[in-house]
Formats: sequence, C-alpha cells, structure tokens
Amino acid sequence: MGAVAHEAHGHHDDHGHHEESFVSKYIFSQDHKMIGKQFLMTAVFMGVVAMLLSILFRIQLAWPGEESEFLSFFLGDQWAPNGVLSEDMYLGLVTIHGTIMVFFLLTGGLSGTFSNLLIPLQVGARDMASGFLNMLSYWFFFISSVLMFVSLFVETGPAMAGWTIYPPLSALPTAVQGSGLGMTLWLFSMSIFIASSLIGSLNYIVTVLNLRTKGMSMTRLPLTVWAFFVTAILGVLSFPVLLSAAVLLMMDRMAGTSFYLSDIIVQGEMLTQHGGSPLLYQHLFWFLGHPEVYIVLLPALGLSSEIISTNSRKPIFGYRAMIGSILAIGFLSFIVWGHHMFVTGMNPFLGSVFVFTTLLIAIPSAVKVFNYITTLWKGSIVYTPAMLFAIGLVSTFITGGVTGIILADSALDIAIHDTYFVVAHFHIVMGMSAVLGMFAGVYHWFPKMYGKMMNTRLGYAHFWITLIGAYGVFFPMHFVGLAGAPRRYYDYSVYETFDGDTFEMIMDLNVIVTIFAIIAALGQILFLFNFFYSIFRGPKAPQNPWRSNTLEWTTPVEHIHGNWPGELPTVHRWPYDYSKPGQEEDFVPQTVPLAEGEEEH
Amino acid sequence: MAKLFVLLVIILGVIALAQLMRVYELSSKLTNKKENEISNRDNRLNAKLMLGFMLFLFIGFIWMMLKYGWTGRGPAASVHGEQTDWLLNLNFVIIILVFFLTNALLFVFAWKYVKKPGVPAFYYPHNNKLEMVWTVIPAVVLAVIIILGLNSWNEVTDKAKDDAIRVELFSYQFNWNARYAGVDNQLGKYDYKLNDDAANPLALMTTETIDKAIENMITGPNGIEDLENKLNDPKKVYSEEMRTDMEESLARKEQLIRLLYQMKARNTGKYDKRAKDDIITDTLYLCKDQNYELTFRSKDVIHSAYIPHLRTQMNTVPGAITRFKVTPNMTTQEMREIKNDEDFNFILMCNKICGGAHYNMNMVVVVMEKEEYDVWMKGEWKKMDGEKRLMKRGKIHEATFEHTYYKKEPTKTYPEIQAEKAEAEAAKAKEAEGEDGEEPTDGGDVVDNEDGQTT
Repeated sequence: MGAVAHEAHGHHDDHGHHEESFVSKYIFSQDHKMIGKQFLMTAVFMGVVAMLLSILFRIQLAWPGEESEFLSFFLGDQWAPNGVLSEDMYLGLVTIHGTIMVFFLLTGGLSGTFSNLLIPLQVGARDMASGFLNMLSYWFFFISSVLMFVSLFVETGPAMAGWTIYPPLSALPTAVQGSGLGMTLWLFSMSIFIASSLIGSLNYIVTVLNLRTKGMSMTRLPLTVWAFFVTAILGVLSFPVLLSAAVLLMMDRMAGTSFYLSDIIVQGEMLTQHGGSPLLYQHLFWFLGHPEVYIVLLPALGLSSEIISTNSRKPIFGYRAMIGSILAIGFLSFIVWGHHMFVTGMNPFLGSVFVFTTLLIAIPSAVKVFNYITTLWKGSIVYTPAMLFAIGLVSTFITGGVTGIILADSALDIAIHDTYFVVAHFHIVMGMSAVLGMFAGVYHWFPKMYGKMMNTRLGYAHFWITLIGAYGVFFPMHFVGLAGAPRRYYDYSVYETFDGDTFEMIMDLNVIVTIFAIIAALGQILFLFNFFYSIFRGPKAPQNPWRSNTLEWTTPVEHIHGNWPGELPTVHRWPYDYSKPGQEEDFVPQTVPLAEGEEEH
Repeated sequence: MAKLFVLLVIILGVIALAQLMRVYELSSKLTNKKENEISNRDNRLNAKLMLGFMLFLFIGFIWMMLKYGWTGRGPAASVHGEQTDWLLNLNFVIIILVFFLTNALLFVFAWKYVKKPGVPAFYYPHNNKLEMVWTVIPAVVLAVIIILGLNSWNEVTDKAKDDAIRVELFSYQFNWNARYAGVDNQLGKYDYKLNDDAANPLALMTTETIDKAIENMITGPNGIEDLENKLNDPKKVYSEEMRTDMEESLARKEQLIRLLYQMKARNTGKYDKRAKDDIITDTLYLCKDQNYELTFRSKDVIHSAYIPHLRTQMNTVPGAITRFKVTPNMTTQEMREIKNDEDFNFILMCNKICGGAHYNMNMVVVVMEKEEYDVWMKGEWKKMDGEKRLMKRGKIHEATFEHTYYKKEPTKTYPEIQAEKAEAEAAKAKEAEGEDGEEPTDGGDVVDNEDGQTT
C-alpha cells in the first residue's frame, strides 16, 4: 500500500550518479531515505485503519445497541446486523486496533521511518550498514502489514483475544471464533513483523557503532540517534522472546502440545492437555511487552529533544543527563514486566520486586521532563508545527506518567487493574506521546524527506484539534476507570442492573469520549491532506529551513544516493550550540570548527 | 442515500480545502512568505493558545473531579479496601500536585518565552546542582510511596487467618458459581475430568462421580461407544471435516478414560465426605466481619474475579488455583443506604477478556449480618440432597430465607433489542411472503409489504 502511494509521485530526477530503474528506486530500493518513506507510508495507512476501527467501537460504547448506518456501511450484515456491532466483532476491533497501533504504527512506523531516515544522515554515513537487509526489513514489514490487514476480512473474523492474545482464549477456536483463522494470521503476521524488526534493529546498531563520520564521537551524537540506538538494542533483546511465545502458542494450537494449556473443558469438549501454564505465556509476552512501551516511547522522546532544542534556540538542558536517562530507562525496562501481572496469581513476593523496579523508572522520566522544561526556560521559542507537537508530547508524558505511579503500586493495582484507568494511562503516556512525537518528526523532517515544505497554518489547526481531541478522549477515561469499569466491555448497560449512579456516569462520559474521538479523527484529515498535497505541490524546501545544527541539513535538498556529493562532513562540536554567546548566528552547525579559545560546552 | 450525501460532503470539503490552499499559495507568493519563517503574529497566537489550553486542561480536570471524582467507587466495603483507599488518596494528592506543577511550568514557559524580536535565548547547557535536585526529590518521594505500598501489599497477600471460611469461586464462559465447604469447612477435591454439566458441574471427586464419569465417557451421548458406532456405520456419510473432528474427539476420550480408570484405582473414598456436603450457589453470600479465603478456579479460559466495592481482584487460571483473602465490613443493606439506591448490589464482574459475552459475565455478591447469614446457611444445609447441587437463585430459598438481593432487570439490553427487531422483521417477512420469507433485504421487502397491503 505504501509502495503504491510512492509509485504515483516521481519528483526526484536522476542526478547522473547512476541510472536507477523505477523498480530499484521506488519499490525495491536500498536507499535508507526511500525505505524510511516507505515505512512512513505503510504506517500512515495502517494508522488510518486502526483509527477507523477505534471510531467503530467507540460508537457502540457511546450509544450501545443503537442502529448506526456508519457501522453497517463498514461492517456489513455479518458483523453489524441491523447496524448494531456484534459482540464478537467488538473484541476483534479492539484487538486489531491495539495490535496495529502498538506494533505497526508506533514501532514499525516510528522507528522504521525515523531511524532509517535520520541515523545515516545524523551520524554522517552514506547509507545503512547493509542496504539489502534494510530493504528486506521493509518488505517483511510490508508483508506482515498485509497479513494483519487481511485478517480483518476473514469469515470467522480477526483475532479477538485482545492485543495481548492471552491463551487459552487465543489457543481455542471453540472459545471465540476469532481464535480460528484470524488468530493464525495474527501469529504469522507478528512473526514476520518480528523478523523485520530484528533485521532493522541490528542494522541500526551496526550503523551507529561503525559508520559515524570523522569527529562524531558518541558524546557528540544528537539525542535522536541515542534514542534510536537504545531502542534498537531493546528490540534486539526483547522481540525474540515474543517470537518464542508465538511459536509455542502455534504449537499448542496446531501440534497438541500443552505449554499454555491445562485441564480445560471448552464448549463441552474435554481437552487432554495437562500441566501447561497460561502464566508462562504472560511472562514471555510481557518480557517483550514492557520494553515495547519504551521501544515506542524513546524514539518519540528523542525526536522531541531535537525539535525542542532547535526551536527554543537553546541547547538541550543536561545533554549527558538525557543520555543517562535514556540508558537507565532502557535498562530498567527489562526488569519491570511483572507489573502487568500483579493479579494473575503470580507469587506476591515477585510482585513486590516488580513494584520496586517499576517505580524506579519514574526517576529518569522525571529528569527528562524537568530537562525539557528547563530547555524552554528563557528560550526564544519559535512555534513551528513540529514545536507545538513536541510540547504537546511533554505534556502528555507528564499527565500519563503520573498515573503510572498508582498502577505500579501493586496494592493499589488490585483495585484498578484492567479498568479504564489503565486504558487512560497507557493511551496518554504511550499512545498520545508517541503519536504526537511522530507528528512532530514528520512536520520537522518533511523538508528532508520530500524536499518540500508542509503548510504551517494547516499544521497549527491539526495540532490544536489533535491535542484537545485526544485529551478529551483519554482524560475522562480515568474517571470511568476509577468507578470500576472494566476494559474491553462491549456494553456498560450491565451496570444498570446493580448500580444506577455509576451506570449514568459511565454512559455520560462514554458519549463525551466518543464525540471527542470523532472530532480528533476528523482532524487527522487535515494532516493527511496537508501531507499528500505538500508532497506534490508544496513550496520547495530551503537548505536548512529550521536553522538547525545537525548534519542532515548539510546534505543537498534533492536526494542523492550516498547523501553527500563530495567527501563526508567532519564534525567538530556537539549538535546543540544554539545561541552560543560570541557567535554571529544563533546556531552553529556541527561541521563548523571550534574557534580559537572556544570551549566545547 | 445518506451515505451518498456524506461521501459528497467529504469530497466537496476536500476540494474546497484544495482551493483554499491554492489561494493561500498565491497570496504567500505575492507577499513572499515562506513556510519555514514563522511570523511573530503566529508565534504570539500559539503562545497564547498554550496558556489557554493549560486553563482548559486544569479547569476541565477540576470540574470533572468535582462532578465525577467520587461517583461510582463509593466507600470501600472491606477491611483491606479501606487501607487501599487511604493509600490511593495519598498517592492521588502527590500525583495531582505533580500534574499541576509540571504542566503549569511547561505551558507557562511555552507562553512566556515565545520569540521576541531582539531578545536572544539564554545559553544554558547544564547545571549539575539543579539536575541533582530533581533526581533526589522524586527518589525520596518514591521511596515513601514504595514503602507504604509494599507494606499494604504484604498485608493483603499474607496467609489467611485460621478462622477464615474457604469459599471457592468457579468461572466458566460466561458465568460464576460459588462453592461453600459445608459443615466441615473443608472443600471437596475435584478433577476437571469428572465434569458433568448437569449432575456435577464443578467436577467434584467422590466414588460415585468417578463411576458416573467413566460411564458417561463410555456410554453417554458422544461417548466412546457412540462415536465408534457412528464412525463404523457404513450407512452414514460424514463430511471430511466432521469425520476428522469425531476421530480427534474419540482419540481424546480414549486417552481420558485411561486416566479415569487410574483415578478410580487410586480412589479410596476417604475424601468423599468433604465433597458431599459442599454447597454450590450462583450468588456469592458473605457474612459481614468474617474473614474469607477465596480460591479461584476456571473451567475454560482465563477470567478475573473483580469485586470493585470490596477492592478485590484475582484472575482465575485454568489448571491452577489462585487465592485472595478478604473481610467484608459493610453489608449490602448499609451500602444501599449510603448510596441511597434500593436496587444497589455488590457485584463480581469478569475482568479478563474471555469471549463474546465477557461483558455480561457477573455474579451478585450479597453481604449480610451474622444472623441473616446463619439463617441462610441453615436453609442451605437443610436443602442438601446430594443430587440437585446447583441451586437456582430465588427458588430454593423461599421457605427459610426472605431476601431482596436479586439482580434488577435492565430496562432494555442489547440482545433484547436485537431479538425484538429480528422478531418484528421475521413477522413482517412472513406476512409479506408467506412461508418463503427467510432473510428480508432492506428495500425490496418494504415494497412487497406495501403491495401486500394494498391488494
């Protein structure tokens, strides 16, 4: 899908370096800039799909059981008989919405796009360490996207066990119909996705370690590259564990093994599997699942570090502390997975260890937030659309982060585990922050990607609608959750049977949430329009539109294979010399040698 | 028609947007405006909007706190729940302060330090003291939170007291049962292979249930003999799929029957008594101020027993037992008075995705005073007859136990609405087409119907 969109535009001319055929340039390209754009296109498509799915189930939650033309238009008679969403498809929509958003938009889309685009450009390399593996990584991603998308159209429906696909529900097609072919497709799609992610991550790590240009020491790397680097390490260490979880689940489903199954009677059929443990799956899943949160978040934080510094015209405050906190978050993310399992029957002692490690993460996160705020202090802030999104990210990172303290506390988690409070928490801290960071990145580096400028005014409108819409969606959910409303419920009308007050409150808030969701979704049309319109008709980008220091702005606007026409640039300073006293301009690119007697920083 | 209209509006909207962009482009060409050069007016506008948004966020939050902050949860109705709430409130005070403080700093700075012509930014790359401050302060606050939290957690997950009554909660798609230990306060043994949906739904183990299970496995419907006969019958033709299913089912049963024979051989009948006096209900009755150790079992997939008002939650895991101890300290009646709602009930909801009707899988929890509870329990013991174990709500208690803890019927549930609609449509179709009316399509049928009426 991404590739199709690419075929349509041909704004690059050949530069006489080497003749490239259409296929090798736009489809099976080994150029990191093109691959980054392919990732972005595919992710935008998947993101739109996932957003649409969320609107479909939000309609059901706000107006349960009411006929909706919109639902019957998209889901037809099978999944929305009489325009009312079916129970099973509700779970299917929730599952695929989560899967696409977490893995395809915020992992593939965010890391895939920006690691590919920015790592070689910002470290001063001609391309990724292996162009071929990089291409392979995209095409695996593409195939897995297609498989996941296709699973929506299967007769028995897509996977319906939640994005965490806990067995036994996901292992037994008789327990829910989505666990048939839909779940098989999910598992295959994710396995291919993991391969894509692994190949990509290895490539990023090698590139950052080996292909830095002369003078680009690790402590002169922009924070974006640091974030991508640590993200890639997290991916390499944690995704294989998810693959093993998926393979064991496939064996339980197809080969009659009992890794996860034990003593089950489903739909009157007594199974012979004995001795397996569903908790084993949960441990394996969350061993990936929690680093995954930071795989999603760190690139967004890296992008916003760069953008906030550039547009405040100030160096990022505490550069080394920022690197330290990225490393600390990366390390801690591996020893906190159990906080997803406080009430699963896991040993309570283990629970207390995870409480301790989880709450520790708050410290590097707090450091990051305060450093962002201090970067703004006494700055000279320029409000490009990217800057707006980056500030929005800091706000959501705070708002969503603080509720994490409550959820990490096992004693409190008992009361609110798996309620809407959790939904609100992770959507704000992970979903919104990462999406805002991704938008910030697109607006900021669009000139580098396409050589064109996006429209600023539309960018403003898009930001304010998105920020207000998204807060409007996820803020009220805290209150729904504190009232005790479980997540993944198809219809909260059940509350009417035992608690009238709470029923009314949940219903009220659900309507508010859905209305904001629809507004926010419509707001994205502005972005899509701006994005595609500017690719074709946007004004030509200048060499260094944001007056930025990093190396990518020294490359020619027109893309060439190998990035720099002559020699690779030499780096003489860190990337954050903005408004340095004694300099003529308020920015000093990394390629400018230190003047005599000038201190580095 | 409506769809067409919406589509038209969207298309026209996009065209209008494109035309606006054209105008914008031309005008910016004329004024020589560049997209990357942000005008001071735009900067100031966005800075003001930042401040405005902060006010919107804060006022919205305070308004929702006042309106919804304490709805729904209600006071905790269990001993550990009160402690949970105290700790939760303390944590909330801390995080709400942080929320206001840091968001205010962020948005106020974003407003105040917008670019002013001629005023350069302040070059300020780092300050180790400052960074130390905001590393140490969160660390100290977190240490307090961790210590208080772990204290509470250790208490909640500690062993149950000796006088605790053991009650088992059994979950399956999509309902719950509670099992009480009976006179001896010892729950009977169980094995999932002994399950018999009618006579022994919780798969309790006694000499009789083992024999019955073996008998069912061999001679029951879809038992071994039945399946063998079906598969060997030359007169019957099955589809490939059905045949494979039956063969697999037979293979499973042949494996299970061996295990059942082993069980029978090992069984001494020593524990029969424990199981025989167990009481099974589909409402959870608890006694106020009584310690309970709840154990959880699942028949099929993972479920989760969530009793929000008792601040209690634990997953039920197939193939394993999970536990949670709880001491309710408020009766249903007391809570009804506090909430001023005569129909209020404590509820146990499923809180782990478990299939289509997940949202409808709940059980009423009734907390009673000691006297009332004893009356109920005596009634249960009297009714014990060993055969009819699963007692239906409202039928068995009539003689001894007057109570009003039934679940209120919802005014209109989704399946009802659907059933009504389907009925109405089926009736319509039948009227119009006589016997052939199977699946009416939208437009055509209405016309048929009208025709039918006019003729």
